[in-house]
Amino acid sequence: MANQVSIPLYQKLLDGFDGKFAIEQKAEPDALRQARQKALENFRKSGFPTTRVEDWKYTNVIPFLKEDYALQDKAKAGAALAHAVEAATIEDLDSYRIVLLNGQLQETATDEKLPDSISIRPMAEAKQEATFLNYFGKGTDVEKHHFAALNTAMFTDGLLIEVKANASIDKPLHIIHAFSSENNLFVQPRHLIVLHRSAALSIVESVVTDSSAAKIFVNSLTEVVVEENANLNHYTLQTAKKGLRQLQHTEVNQKRDSVYSNYTFSLPEAELLRNNLHVNLDDEHTESHLYGLYLGADQQLLDNHTFMNHQKAHCESNEVYKGVLLDKAVGVFNGKVFVQVDAQKTNAFQQNNNLLLSPTATINSKPQLEIFADDVKCSHGSTIGQLSQEAMFYLQSRGIGEDSARAMLVSAFAFDVTEKIKIPELEAHINNLITHHIPANQELIKA
Amino acid sequence: MLSIKNLHADVEDKKILKGIDLEVKAGEVHAIMGPNGSGKSTLSSVLAGRENYVVTEGEVQFEGKDLLDMAPEVRAREGLFLAFQYPVEIPGVSNINFLRTALNEIREYRGLPALEAKEFLKLTKEKQKLVEFDAKLINRSLNEGFSGGEKKRNEILQLAMLEPKLSILDETDSGLDIDALRIVSNGVNKLRSENNAFVIITHYQRLLEYIVPDYVHVLYDGRIVKSGTKELALELEERGYDWLKETYPVTENAR
Repeated sequence: MANQVSIPLYQKLLDGFDGKFAIEQKAEPDALRQARQKALENFRKSGFPTTRVEDWKYTNVIPFLKEDYALQDKAKAGAALAHAVEAATIEDLDSYRIVLLNGQLQETATDEKLPDSISIRPMAEAKQEATFLNYFGKGTDVEKHHFAALNTAMFTDGLLIEVKANASIDKPLHIIHAFSSENNLFVQPRHLIVLHRSAALSIVESVVTDSSAAKIFVNSLTEVVVEENANLNHYTLQTAKKGLRQLQHTEVNQKRDSVYSNYTFSLPEAELLRNNLHVNLDDEHTESHLYGLYLGADQQLLDNHTFMNHQKAHCESNEVYKGVLLDKAVGVFNGKVFVQVDAQKTNAFQQNNNLLLSPTATINSKPQLEIFADDVKCSHGSTIGQLSQEAMFYLQSRGIGEDSARAMLVSAFAFDVTEKIKIPELEAHINNLITHHIPANQELIKA
Repeated sequence: MLSIKNLHADVEDKKILKGIDLEVKAGEVHAIMGPNGSGKSTLSSVLAGRENYVVTEGEVQFEGKDLLDMAPEVRAREGLFLAFQYPVEIPGVSNINFLRTALNEIREYRGLPALEAKEFLKLTKEKQKLVEFDAKLINRSLNEGFSGGEKKRNEILQLAMLEPKLSILDETDSGLDIDALRIVSNGVNKLRSENNAFVIITHYQRLLEYIVPDYVHVLYDGRIVKSGTKELALELEERGYDWLKETYPVTENAR
């Protein structure tokens, strides 16, 4: 184990688990208490990951953990919440909207009645239910993943979302994850999304903060189950202000004939965003799409780790991640496609392209293929480049100003990802955000 | 309209233009001919403001203003247009969006309001017809996967949309089959007026059968060595360019 002495938070968490937290959990089902205990032992052993851990080689999370974080929030300002919710608004999007503050469902901020075929409950209540116990923790490896272990041991609240079999939800579900605190806060939400057989749903998750000075570390974990023939479009927009550091672990399990499409947009200005997206194909004839766009500015550290786990035959996965790095931003892409010995006839495609727009920006790209089956079609590729000077000149020579020309070319670069968005209002919103974040008069690298 | 005086320019420390003088007035069509490497494309690049071309001497006035002092987009907004020899493919930027952005930025510069969507579409349709541009291509990514002829026609479509005062056609004819050549030239001929001017840069006399120039200039070794009327083009076609070597020995290129 790495030396955790320099991180007071480590001891604080362990003490917290044995103290107040233990009393609170007494009423929890045995299975959950055992899972928590096991996960905590893993975390006690592993601690927080240092850059000596291969999966954390390019992302030093330790400096972000050294603040004096409280484990509970003190103040919940109504105005801050309203402000954060406004920041998450997507123009003209017709959706069912629900709001969480620091991981807790806010009944007051939730509009419109949901259809009967979808149910959303706070995790604090739902953890007693059969659905929860049936799906909780399946596939999430708490031995390997430090933060997943910690979340499993000590999560307090979040959401359980369930869509009934054969139900198609007519409008997207817009979940606004607002974080706000007057003191530095370490918070661990936990969500479980279950689409039963042949259900269909689109989810848009927005992560926002108000502009308070407090540092907030979010260690969130979302488990997703896409049952037989179900279809989930899962969008995440990370647009929090400075001060937010987030580790988002998403563990997806797909059953036969299901389709799961993930779209992850990591934008300014959170200081640290680390997304672990794991998709386990544990049945035949599934289809998965992973699209990502990370646009980093200032000194942001944006890290996307994806893991496509092909376990069974006749499955198809398609992954495209695009990165744009400005200023002193650092990007990390690590995409692993794992094809197990039984996963014959797998069709797996992966691509990562990066645009470095500043001489001080950095990208670490690591595509990985591990194939143990012998009858598969797999490919991957990674590129790092700059804006084409020739294309810039072409646009300028038609009267288009340098700033608009640059924004046009960056949007064009992101097009392979943005065109895949199935909600037009969201696509327009993302394109506006891209244009907004490409600054004027930037010192650029010349190709 | 355009007045070039004693223009010298370098590319990567190599002297390419060695003293060009040229006057172009409204309503005129000038052809600039010459062998490969004589500086034809450098001249068009310098006029349009491409980076890495360094003007070392001389001046260029466009409508009385110092052209060389302007950024490329300002030159375009002032009414200069370069039809590229090799139009750039830009995947992800739609042709129509590109045209709209360009047109509206130029209009804004001239103090005109942006065109309404309806007006813009009407104008686009009209100009598309003029240059026989395939309607299917208008919504595609800019030049992506276009044939050589389609790209050149797209250049002329942009020219028609943006209505520049001075258009420079940089070897627009090279590599075109006879149909494409006819379409491109028809487009240019329809756009000719007493208020605008064209500079046609070409290696071959063929294009000048379709677009008849008022003046023909021979560019060789970075200088205009001979000027005349359209008959000069015919003479060049017959004699080729080899005679230039004997008449005008090449000067030192290195700086």
